Amino acid sequence: MMQLQPVERQTGWRLFWNTIWARAYPRLIGTFRERSWFFFEALLPVLSTVSYIYVYQAINAPEDYIGFVVIGGSMAAFWLNVLWSMGSQLYWDKDDGNLQLFVLSPAPLMAILLGMAIGGVIMTLSRALVIFVVCSLLFQVEYQTGSLWLLVIVFVVTMAALYGMGMMFSSVFLAAGREVWHFANLLQEPIYLVSGFMFPVKALGFWVASAASLIPLTLGLDAMRQLLFTSDPTIGFLPVGVEILILCVLAVFFIAGAAWMLAKLEEIGRRDGRLIERRR
Amino acid sequence: MTTSSAIEVQQLRRVYKLRGPKRKDAPRELVALESVDLEVKRGELFGLLGPNGAGKTTIIKILATLLLPTSGIARVEGLDVTQHVQAVRERISMVSGGETSGFGLLTIEENLWMFARFYGLDNATARQRIDALLKIVGIYERRTAKISDLSTGLRQKMNFIRGFISDPRVVFLDEPTLGLDVTAAREVRGFVKQWMSDHPERALLLTSHYMSEIDELCDRVAIVDTGKVLACDTPAALKKRLQREAVFQLKVSPIGPRPNREAMIEAVPGVRQVTVTEQDGYSELNLILEAEDALGGVLSHLNGRGSGLIALEKREPTLEDVFISIVGRRLDQDTTQREENGA
Repeated sequence: MMQLQPVERQTGWRLFWNTIWARAYPRLIGTFRERSWFFFEALLPVLSTVSYIYVYQAINAPEDYIGFVVIGGSMAAFWLNVLWSMGSQLYWDKDDGNLQLFVLSPAPLMAILLGMAIGGVIMTLSRALVIFVVCSLLFQVEYQTGSLWLLVIVFVVTMAALYGMGMMFSSVFLAAGREVWHFANLLQEPIYLVSGFMFPVKALGFWVASAASLIPLTLGLDAMRQLLFTSDPTIGFLPVGVEILILCVLAVFFIAGAAWMLAKLEEIGRRDGRLIERRR
Repeated sequence: MTTSSAIEVQQLRRVYKLRGPKRKDAPRELVALESVDLEVKRGELFGLLGPNGAGKTTIIKILATLLLPTSGIARVEGLDVTQHVQAVRERISMVSGGETSGFGLLTIEENLWMFARFYGLDNATARQRIDALLKIVGIYERRTAKISDLSTGLRQKMNFIRGFISDPRVVFLDEPTLGLDVTAAREVRGFVKQWMSDHPERALLLTSHYMSEIDELCDRVAIVDTGKVLACDTPAALKKRLQREAVFQLKVSPIGPRPNREAMIEAVPGVRQVTVTEQDGYSELNLILEAEDALGGVLSHLNGRGSGLIALEKREPTLEDVFISIVGRRLDQDTTQREENGA
């Protein structure tokens, strides 16, 4: 047998960093290997976005509303990814036997979750861009691009907060076991409504919009719309600066919450044997 | 750590709380491990032999930091698995039979690369080691095959590489050849033997249903049943325990599926243990007798039940005979499904 050399192992932050990218890799590579996503996750969602655009055109809504729907339809891809892929991933990992291998490796579980999140953001970005570009071209939507950097900041903090929430969902869904589908179904449609995917969230009134702001996409969408469309300055729910600040707080809260829940879940899992049980 | 023990287990006990709807009088707990004591030295390939539900997997999961013991002590390389979780994880790896781990859309080498990174290997080392192990295990040519397209044998070979890629100090192999064909299982056993001979300071804990596998590979064996270690010694020493007794294999015309037939034959004077297996057109009896002259009584008993002798062979005791003599039944005669819930 060929003699194998002993290996040096990285620890600490280098291990953390490398784990993130190693876990993100399957999601990134999936974009190129499973091209059916282009039809199912990009072109089909275009249809539902287009249907809302026709409604606004039929009632002679202001031109910007078409752009609102395009932004909402594109960002919906991230919500679906968080709910169906990010949230339930640890549950599926347990079912496939991957979770126990992740747990017994020296890699921090938080780095594995972050890898899932970063992989998910990058993968979903391609879906969102397809929806955005196709709808924008079809309906010749015009955007104001004066505050591009501010727009990038809003997008980044929205993603941090949204995927932080997804990381928390991962732990919750793992604890919930088979009920995971019910949770996901329960959350999908109501959040479509209260987050204002297809209309300005301000229309729901202050208290409902405030409550909906716990979902990071609500404020993220509102801030993006304010930055990209300026014909009606009163359309925004809160000033963009305030929305960025709240999103930052949400990001910290969700990511810290995810880390705490993950540690707790591992402790309970080791005590009750739930990290190793498989349902199949 | 200067300890000579790779693994130490003292009075290890694990009780599972049973969940889900059940009858009022049904038990609420399951004792997977009663009180287990074990020691595996560095350089030792140690086997755990026992039926389903015996507690083998529970021992491994506790040592691999996936499960907490209810009480008792478990150490890996001198480190308590409940206290020094991260340090233990840096030293171990585990491969289970029938594993479906990895991501289907990744190739073999990509999947291995991902796990190598989880163990802290830098990119160059990971790729170098993956290539070397793929060649050793003989699947280098298939390195770009997607996981979802792999046969059971290929998948298990990949799992094996994953288990050894991190250069672990202690390896847990839980039924590693389960579901493999004869050739693949032989190759896997060959790899294990070679790895142990190349790394004499490491340790490997193997569980298996296959007596011959344990007999061929292990330096020492613990026979485990109902959460207890019933015997622990080298395979040769365990077999030697039976050498004062006579071991026979008989082929007789079918005895028929009567209840307690083993107990009836065991009632014949001089019979220590018996197992009966129905084959195509005959019954096969494995007998452990206190002395050869007890055989006459067995043949008379069978004759009285209308079963005639077809063939008779006296043979050297095997590990299976040892198991039967200690546990009282064959390894494949499981009566419990205690491991279903992770036990």
